[in-house]
Amino acid sequence: MKPKTLQSLSRWLGILSILLAIPLWYLVVQISGLPKFILPSPVDVWTRFLKALQDGSLLYHAGITLVEILLGLVAGVSFATIVGYAVAKSRPLEIALSPYLVASQAIPIVAIAPLLVIWLGDGILSKLVICALIVFFPVLVNTVVGVRAVPPALYDLMRSLRATRWQILFKLELPASLPVLLGGLRIGATLSVIGAIVGELVDAEQGLGFLLQLGDFQYDTSMVFVAVFMLIALALSLYGVVTLLEKKFLKWQK
Amino acid sequence: MTIKPILSVKNLSVTFPDNNGGLDALGELSFEIRPREFICFLGPSGSGKTTLLRALAGLVQPSTGSVNFMYHHHEPKIGMVFQQSNLMPWRTVMENIQLSMELDGAGEVKAQNKAREMVKLMGLKGFENSFPRDLSGGMAQRVAIARALIHDPDLLLLDEPFASLDALTRERMWTELSNIWQEKKKTVVMVTHSINESLFLADRVMVLTKRPGRIKMDVEVDLPRPRPDDIRYTSHFGKLAKKLRAAIE
Repeated sequence: MKPKTLQSLSRWLGILSILLAIPLWYLVVQISGLPKFILPSPVDVWTRFLKALQDGSLLYHAGITLVEILLGLVAGVSFATIVGYAVAKSRPLEIALSPYLVASQAIPIVAIAPLLVIWLGDGILSKLVICALIVFFPVLVNTVVGVRAVPPALYDLMRSLRATRWQILFKLELPASLPVLLGGLRIGATLSVIGAIVGELVDAEQGLGFLLQLGDFQYDTSMVFVAVFMLIALALSLYGVVTLLEKKFLKWQK
Repeated sequence: MTIKPILSVKNLSVTFPDNNGGLDALGELSFEIRPREFICFLGPSGSGKTTLLRALAGLVQPSTGSVNFMYHHHEPKIGMVFQQSNLMPWRTVMENIQLSMELDGAGEVKAQNKAREMVKLMGLKGFENSFPRDLSGGMAQRVAIARALIHDPDLLLLDEPFASLDALTRERMWTELSNIWQEKKKTVVMVTHSINESLFLADRVMVLTKRPGRIKMDVEVDLPRPRPDDIRYTSHFGKLAKKLRAAIE
């Protein structure tokens, strides 16, 4: 009984701290007297949010960014999982690929994002590739770790039962490395949001990054706030989806 | 009457590569196993017992010699129980038991019915939907035995299956395994370093030498079956145990 009350109390505490932050923000605006284009009040942001919602621009741009994030995530995760599996299985491949893998991690994505936009245009494709690239490395590392951590004794079991390669992949390696794979997806999901925004800030005609930059240019700071909050909401929802997946597939774990 | 063997091993040796000319795990072994025989290999640690079992399971390639199953039609089906229960933590008890049926492509209904049978046989009722993390060592090993038996293997290989259990559980498992063997009449090869275990369970005990393992002694265990718990206090049991003990280096 007691831990349960404590748990619900701490949940309320989280909501309470957010609720307290809004009046505090309001107070700061009132006392400092900063103009709206430097620090808009919560009311300004809320009004701007409703307006952007009504004229459809917010959902349109958020939709574009979400598509970039999801496609980039799918592309990055699939590619990283396949390469990661191959690297985990083959020592020579690991040695041959590791300079590229380390280098790809060492180059800040912000530095090559402009290049990708030049090469691939200012549409969805360049953002998708940036997302995929930023997601690639952490997912790859997790895949390698996950596949290598499959207990050798379970391989013996499968081989004693004359399991085929595909059976070993789908009935042993995949489920055994799933906790680590989903851990990689969790990191990838948040990184993918960053990738999409980086790409859009370089050059874009649509998306939340575009909206953010537009607000910036027009001194419509409330719009910038709306775009930022929308991004946070996207990132949290993605994180939530991964958490749901973990709950569904990893219920055997404590 | 001589019964045809179902497994014949000729001049089997296994050498593991190392930087020093190779590590000889098994010397040249030759033996035959008759159908429905319960064989125990007894030996000190490092006598290559596990390597022998792994060679029989096809997990290790022999360096010389051969392992021949006397089947003309199909590859032998093997059930193996390891020192640790080796269950898949993401599968429930039922799902773990069904594994080999699944790999054989059996239908789900058939696999489930068979698994339910095994659950009953191994005394696992009530644990069908438990995950391995909630099982005691003895329970987990019961699941492992059920998993090894469900597809009616031609050969059951047991690699010190009770080594990780406490003494009381271990002895209870001996009785259970013995009962199951009498019911199912499987050909069993078990390796162990426990003399009592081998005499309690086996028809024939072969003692291995230190590495590289060779067969030092081949003893028929002519104790009557079923063997009650207190059979180990009989003088004949004692005599056999003494003989085996003397042979182990």
